Amino acid sequence: MITAQGLSRRFGGRTAVHDVTFSLAAGDVLAIFGPNGAGKTTLLRMLAGLLKPSEGTGSVAGVALPGGAELRAAIGYISHASMLYGALSARENIELAAKLFGVRDPRGISTRALERMELHDRADTPVRLLSRGMQQRVSIARATVHDPLVVLLDEPFTGLDDSGSAALGAHLAMLRATGTTLVLVTHSIAEGLALATHAAIMRDGALVRLEKGEAIDPATYLTVYREHVTHGA
Amino acid sequence: MTSPSSAGPASGAAKSAGGIDWLFLVAVLAIAAALARVIYYTPFEAVQGPAQKIFYLHLPAALDAFMAFGVVAISGIAYLWLGDLRLDRAAESSAEVGVVFTTVVLVTGPLWARPVWGTWWTWDARLTLTLFLWFIYVGYLVLRGAIDDRALRARYSAILGILGSLLIPFIHLSVYLFRTLHPRPIVIKPSAPSLPPEMLTTLVISFVAFTLFYLALVRQRYRLATERDLLELEEGR
Amino acid sequence: MAPSTLSAAFLIARKDLAIEFRTRTAFFSAAVFALLGIVIFYFAWDPTAVASIDLAPGVLWAIFTFSGLLGLQRSFGIEQADRAIDALLGAPITRESIYLGKAMANLVFVAAVQVIAIPAVQLFYGVPLLENAALLALIALLAAIGLVAVGTLFSAMAVNTKLAEMLLPVLSLLFFVPVVIPAAQATARLIAGRPGSEIVGWLKLLVAFDIVFVAACTLAFPFTIEE
Repeated sequence: MITAQGLSRRFGGRTAVHDVTFSLAAGDVLAIFGPNGAGKTTLLRMLAGLLKPSEGTGSVAGVALPGGAELRAAIGYISHASMLYGALSARENIELAAKLFGVRDPRGISTRALERMELHDRADTPVRLLSRGMQQRVSIARATVHDPLVVLLDEPFTGLDDSGSAALGAHLAMLRATGTTLVLVTHSIAEGLALATHAAIMRDGALVRLEKGEAIDPATYLTVYREHVTHGA
Repeated sequence: MTSPSSAGPASGAAKSAGGIDWLFLVAVLAIAAALARVIYYTPFEAVQGPAQKIFYLHLPAALDAFMAFGVVAISGIAYLWLGDLRLDRAAESSAEVGVVFTTVVLVTGPLWARPVWGTWWTWDARLTLTLFLWFIYVGYLVLRGAIDDRALRARYSAILGILGSLLIPFIHLSVYLFRTLHPRPIVIKPSAPSLPPEMLTTLVISFVAFTLFYLALVRQRYRLATERDLLELEEGR
Repeated sequence: MAPSTLSAAFLIARKDLAIEFRTRTAFFSAAVFALLGIVIFYFAWDPTAVASIDLAPGVLWAIFTFSGLLGLQRSFGIEQADRAIDALLGAPITRESIYLGKAMANLVFVAAVQVIAIPAVQLFYGVPLLENAALLALIALLAAIGLVAVGTLFSAMAVNTKLAEMLLPVLSLLFFVPVVIPAAQATARLIAGRPGSEIVGWLKLLVAFDIVFVAACTLAFPFTIEE
C-alpha cells in the first residue's frame, strides 16, 4: 500500500528527511516517533503528495510519488491543526470536502459521517464554537469522507484531553479494522503503540529503528526510544 | 576565503577566490578611461553645454539597468523550471546591481534636467518608467528580505521577477498614453540621437565600460551569495 | 470523480463568500473605509481650485485599490488560520482551481465595495457617474479583474512571509498602476461626456492587462504553494 525507497528531502541546503525506506501492506499501522525537528512532518507531507521528494522513490496506493490528483484522492490527511474553516459549520466543512473529493451524494455522506462521529446534534454550529475534541472529530470526518485507502496523521493527539484522546484512538482503531493503512506521526509513545503494527524511530531526518508488531515490547519501548533519540545528540 | 563585496575594488579583488579579480580591475580601468574621454576628449554639445556630458553616464547606466532586470526575469523562469539555486543567486545579484544602476539613472537624470529643462523632476514618460522600475526591484529586494526559507525565497523572487518584467511594458504604455493625452507645459525634449561620430564613439566606449562594470559587480555579488548560502548550510547542519 | 478545475473553483469561491457572509467583518470594514476615504479626500482639496468633476475619478480609483487590499489581505488569511489550505492542497483538484476560486471570491468582494462606493462618489461629489452605468460597470469590471488577478497571487505569497500585512500593499500597489491610470482616465472622460472613441484606447489597455496577468498569475500560482 505504501512503499518508500531512499526518500530524501532538502530545503535549500538543509536536509530534513534522509534516505527513508519502508513498506506497508493494507491495514498496517506505522507509528513514527521522534523529537521535534526530526523530519516526521516532512516525511508525511511527501507521502501525502504535498511535497516533492528531492531524492528516492515511493508509492502510495499504487501511485508513484509525487503523485497528482489520483494520489491525493486515495489519501486522508489529519494533523494537529484542524484544517477547518471556523466560520462554517461541521456539516458545511465536511460537505465541502466531499464535493472537492467528488464523492457521490455529498449531503448523505456528510450526514452519515456526522452520525458516526456523534456530532449530529452540533452539525450546524460553527466549528470555531466547538471544543478541541469535537473539532478533531470533525477533522477526521472531513479527512475520511472519501473512504481513503491511506490515512496520514500528524500529531493528532496534540491538544486533546484524556477522553478526547481515547475517542480518537477508538476511531483510528475502527479505521484500521476496515483495512485502512495508517501512518501516525507522534511523540506520544503509549498512544502510538496502542494502534501500531509497525513502529519506527526517527532522528535527524532518518529512520534509526524500524520493527514489526511482534518485536515491539511496549514495556521497554520508551527506554529504547530514549536511547536512540539521545544517542550521539 | 571571503570576498567582501563592500570593500574597495582593490582589496575585494585581492581577497577573492582567484587572487586578483581581473574583471573588476579591467572594468574600473575601463570606467576611468571612459570618464577621461568624456571629460577631456569629447566636445561640448552646442545647446546644452557641459551638462550634456552626464548623458554618457546616464544612458549606459539605463541600458545596463534594463539588461540587469532582463537577467532577473530570465533567471526566474529558468529557476522555476530547473530549481537550481545558482540561477536564483544570479537573479539576486543582478537585481541588486540593477537597482544601483537605476539609482544612478535617477540621480543623473535630474542633475541634467535642472540646467536643461529648468526643473529637477518632470513626469516625463521615460522618467516615470525609470522611477517605477526602481520601485519594482526595490520591492523585489524587500520580498527577498522577508523570507527565511531559502527555497521559498527563490521561488517567490522568481515569480516577482517574471511578473515585474511583464509589468514594465504596461507601465510604459499607460504612462505614455497619460502623457500624450494630457498635454503639459512644453519642455525641451532630448533630441533623437543623431549624434556626431565623436560623441557616438564616447557613448559606445562608456556603454562597454558600464557593461563590464555590471558584469564585475554581479560576479562579486554572486560569489558573496554563494558564500552566504554555504554558510547557512553549515549553520543549518 | 473529482471535480473539474472550474467546478472546484466555484466550490472554493462559494465557500469563501459563505465565510465572508457569515462574518461580514472584512466587507463592512472595507465599505466603511471606502466611504470614509471618499469623504476625507473631499476635504483634502480646495473645491474652488479643483472642480469635483476632475477630482472624482481619481478619488474613486484610489479608494477602490485601497479598500480592495483589505479584502485581499484576508483572502489567504482564512486559509492559513487553521491550515485549511492543507485540506485544499490535499484534495484531488488542480492548483489552478484554488487560485481561480479565491480570485472569483475576491472579485465579488471588490465589486460589492464598488457598488457602495460609486453611488457615494456620485452623491458626495455631484458628478454624473450613474448616467453611463453600463459603460462605467464595464470599466469597473475590467479594472477589478486586473486588481484581483495580481492581488490574489500576492495575497497567497504574502501570508508566507515575515512582513505579511506590509508586503501585500507594497507589491500590489505597484502592479495596480497600469490598472488605476486607464480606469481613472476612462472614468474621467466618461463623466466629462467625451466621445466613446477617447475611452476605447484605455479599455484596450485594461483588457490587455487582464489577459496577460490572469494568465501569468494562474501559471505562477502553483509555485507559490508548497511543492
